[in-house]
Amino acid sequence: MPSPAPTPNRSFQGLILALQTYWADKGCVILQPYDMEVGAGTFHPATTLRALGPKPWKAAYVQPSRRPKDGRYGENPNRLQHYYQFQVILKPNPPNLQELYLASLEAIGVDLKLHDIRFVEDDWESPTLGAWGLGWECWCDGMEVSQFTYFQQVAGFECAPVAGELTYGLERLAMYVQGVENVYDLDFNGAEGEDRVTYGDVFLQAEQEYSRHNFEAADTTMLFRQFTDAESACRAYLDAGAPNEGERHRMVQPAYDQCIKASHVFNLLDARGVISVTERQSYILRVRELAKACGAAWLKTAGGGA
Amino acid sequence: MPDLLLELRSEEIPARMQRRAAEDLRKLVTDALVARGFLYEGAKAFATPRRLALHVAGLPARGEAVREERRGPRVGAPEAAIQGFLKSAGLTSLDQATTITDPKKGEFYLAVIEKAGRETLDVLAEILPEIVKSFPWPKAMRWGAASAQPGALRWVRPLQSIVATFGPETETPEVVPFEVGGIRAGTTTYGHRFLAPGPIEVRRFDDYIQALEKAKVILDADRRKDVILHDARDLAFACGLDLVEDEGLLEEVAGLVEWPVVLLGSFDAAFLDIPAEAIRATIRANQKCFVLRKSGSEDLAPAFILVSNLLASDGGLAITAGNERVVRARLSDAKFFWETDKATKLEDRLPKLDTIVFHEKLGTQGMRIQRIAALAKELAPLVGADPAQAEQAARLAKADLVTEMVGEFPELQGLMGAKYAALEGLPPSVATALGDHYKPLGPTDRVPSDPVAIAVALADKIDTLVGFWAIDEKPTGSKDPYALRRAALGVIRYLLEGRRLNLVRIFDKHSDEVGRSIIEAKIANAPAGVSAFAAGVGSVDWGGQTTNVKSLDLLAFFADRLKVYLRDQGARHDLVDAVFALPGQDDLLLIARRVEALQKFLETEDGKNLLAGYKRAANILRIEEKKDGRAYDAEPDAALAAQGEPAERALAEALQTARAEASKAVAAEDFAGAMRALSTLRAPVDAFFTDVTVNADDPKLRENRLALLNALRAATREVADFSKIEG
Repeated sequence: MPSPAPTPNRSFQGLILALQTYWADKGCVILQPYDMEVGAGTFHPATTLRALGPKPWKAAYVQPSRRPKDGRYGENPNRLQHYYQFQVILKPNPPNLQELYLASLEAIGVDLKLHDIRFVEDDWESPTLGAWGLGWECWCDGMEVSQFTYFQQVAGFECAPVAGELTYGLERLAMYVQGVENVYDLDFNGAEGEDRVTYGDVFLQAEQEYSRHNFEAADTTMLFRQFTDAESACRAYLDAGAPNEGERHRMVQPAYDQCIKASHVFNLLDARGVISVTERQSYILRVRELAKACGAAWLKTAGGGA
Repeated sequence: MPDLLLELRSEEIPARMQRRAAEDLRKLVTDALVARGFLYEGAKAFATPRRLALHVAGLPARGEAVREERRGPRVGAPEAAIQGFLKSAGLTSLDQATTITDPKKGEFYLAVIEKAGRETLDVLAEILPEIVKSFPWPKAMRWGAASAQPGALRWVRPLQSIVATFGPETETPEVVPFEVGGIRAGTTTYGHRFLAPGPIEVRRFDDYIQALEKAKVILDADRRKDVILHDARDLAFACGLDLVEDEGLLEEVAGLVEWPVVLLGSFDAAFLDIPAEAIRATIRANQKCFVLRKSGSEDLAPAFILVSNLLASDGGLAITAGNERVVRARLSDAKFFWETDKATKLEDRLPKLDTIVFHEKLGTQGMRIQRIAALAKELAPLVGADPAQAEQAARLAKADLVTEMVGEFPELQGLMGAKYAALEGLPPSVATALGDHYKPLGPTDRVPSDPVAIAVALADKIDTLVGFWAIDEKPTGSKDPYALRRAALGVIRYLLEGRRLNLVRIFDKHSDEVGRSIIEAKIANAPAGVSAFAAGVGSVDWGGQTTNVKSLDLLAFFADRLKVYLRDQGARHDLVDAVFALPGQDDLLLIARRVEALQKFLETEDGKNLLAGYKRAANILRIEEKKDGRAYDAEPDAALAAQGEPAERALAEALQTARAEASKAVAAEDFAGAMRALSTLRAPVDAFFTDVTVNADDPKLRENRLALLNALRAATREVADFSKIEG
């Protein structure tokens, strides 16, 4: 059986392969998704932690992103509680990052003589990560297909140098290049006949199940406990790895995992509607404090340039 | 005369910042030139998404020479003084100084310092980098490898290149030699990102703007707006449609393109079930597209205008199709919101509002609604509304805040409430009130006429004002985050249309309600065990009634807003002050009427002369009262006046009558009548000042005459405090 060609406009996986090839060619390390539940590709330590400190860093990876509140039981053609982002991080940002981005669109089959690409103001901020940056939403014929951000601060620390972050919304982009109106109709593998697999074949059942879980079943008592547990574990690991005078920190990444965990648990609780408006702010602040503590510790490691 | 051309090319500048940035650039550069003595003939600045440009025409090639004379110490002064003088004047020895002779003080040293005029080019090279470094962007950023170092250049987005040339029209201009953030000024720029990406060499403004135009960049934002507007109208017209014009959107869209290409897209007519405002909001906010109406009709057409930045090789087919897809998805969302919202009654949404904090110190939306409902019910009879309907409308007025549609498009608040209320079959006045109670939103917005809407609007605005006054969050300077000035102006506009409210009493009573909410909010926010208490508020006597200090402060705020409002209507602000200076004035309608009558009166001869007479009387009283260290505020003795001069007697009689008449007329709210009563005083006052000497030798007579003048002062106070009137 001939293997389906990885053409970006025929299959979802072809799109991913094309982006990976493109950015690998630009000197990025191609990482695999982080093995934890996160709300966005930015949470991957390859972005959050590596954006801090003076060391140059270039990476690209796919990251499944969980947004419990965005679940629609598989009934909305555009909204998913689990979707994929393709994340590129370049530190320091090269002077031609916009051109590199546009060329990546061409690499996945967007003809720049035919389509209207626009950079529309969008100041990015992640209150939970204590991070912000300036940049744009990138529009293709009126549709937002990527976010483009120059990180100014992460975990409460100034980025020096600044990293450029590109986030491609893979499903949207794939729907666009495939000319599909419903995400579940996306061609996943580009095969013909009975070998053909759609996005719906892979994910529709999962969307239904997780929507039920996120809105109706997730055990809130357990989640509240998990939040507190993750919070104290994060602090405990940071303490356990705390450096002696003149030495480096020795346990940042396990601590940061707990920060990620707390953030996702909070998102689940939020989707369950058990966090009031006032409490919401305080939970976000608690996660931010963890992120800040991890960022501070990272700057005392070899990776952070210490 | 030589010209300056400056272009700062960067990655995409947010649309909302471009116009202001161009203006800032013009001002900063020309101000810096003028401050150094360099005058110019004209300057114009431009902005596109990717560049700020400035043309300064008619600058001198070099500045004027400056000759300065500096006088030094006396000839033969101590050595230290002479050395100090040489140093400050930049001389090495006294041979370089001359002497002058002062006829009175003798001979002095004089240094003549001549400075040649500086080359304009050098001055520009000094000014421009500083302006770039300290440019006042609302938000600026660092970027690239340079951002590893402190003090790296900040710009709105990465700055890519600088063109800076200076020279006369007939010669090749020179590059202004400077560098900032690692970018050296030169003569190279780039055209449209996609249509003409190659480098362009430019020399001066004229060829710059032409070269850009060839490279598919329209430099002038107003021209881009014109192109968009005309093409959009034409395109709509050709399809039998009318463009729904939208200046804010036009301005924004012109800031998103360097080469506008207007296209027309369409959507399924089935979406037209969604309220037109919601269609417009979603297409406008999310897609930055214009909606269209069927020609000669108020109904929306299932089509929209989009503005692209690309002359596409397929004539825009793919771009249109792409935009249509997104519009379709957005409208599907809007339709979903609309259908979902209709399934829940507004009444059933109220519990949700109890969980939403309106303001940390003022409690939840739920508490706020209760306060507004109580107040609306109380105000209803005063504005001719049915109290039950006013209360019902007020209770539901904020329910649409928790609908899907308003959650997505906050600007539809009120409007969606009205739609949902009408669908539920609520009384028309109630439905209208839900939509109209936010009005007026600005000085040109209409004031609703339905009494129920008015009762709710007044209650909403008064609650907001009393609330923020209670927690001391008043507007300061340009900061007015809760739009309290607009709220006060709204109340003023409702009242001046012919409605009577005694504001201070209403404020007093409503502050009790607000106080209760503040306590509840404190308890809700405080950790367990902390007891809350009401902040003690001082009471004062105000025209015979005891009132809350904050109510009077809020009234003073209204007085200021009323002054601004009436001034815009052509009234004199000093007359507003003169009326507010009387105690117990809090009925804005009566105040405005009184100001109007007063202004008319003061425009008459009688009015002008009476004011002059009043000023004279007040002056004399002020001087004499100060001299004697006592006030002459006793009633004049009529019998004593009757024995005096005829003019004195006449004034005493006239005063008694006029004051009584004026007082009666004021009580009957007949301000014109009160002014007429006062006008009868003019002749006797004039005669009094002609015929009578106030400072008579007889102390009794003098005292009584001063008392007469005081009676005149008192009589005028029946209508206003004349001391506040200017002129």
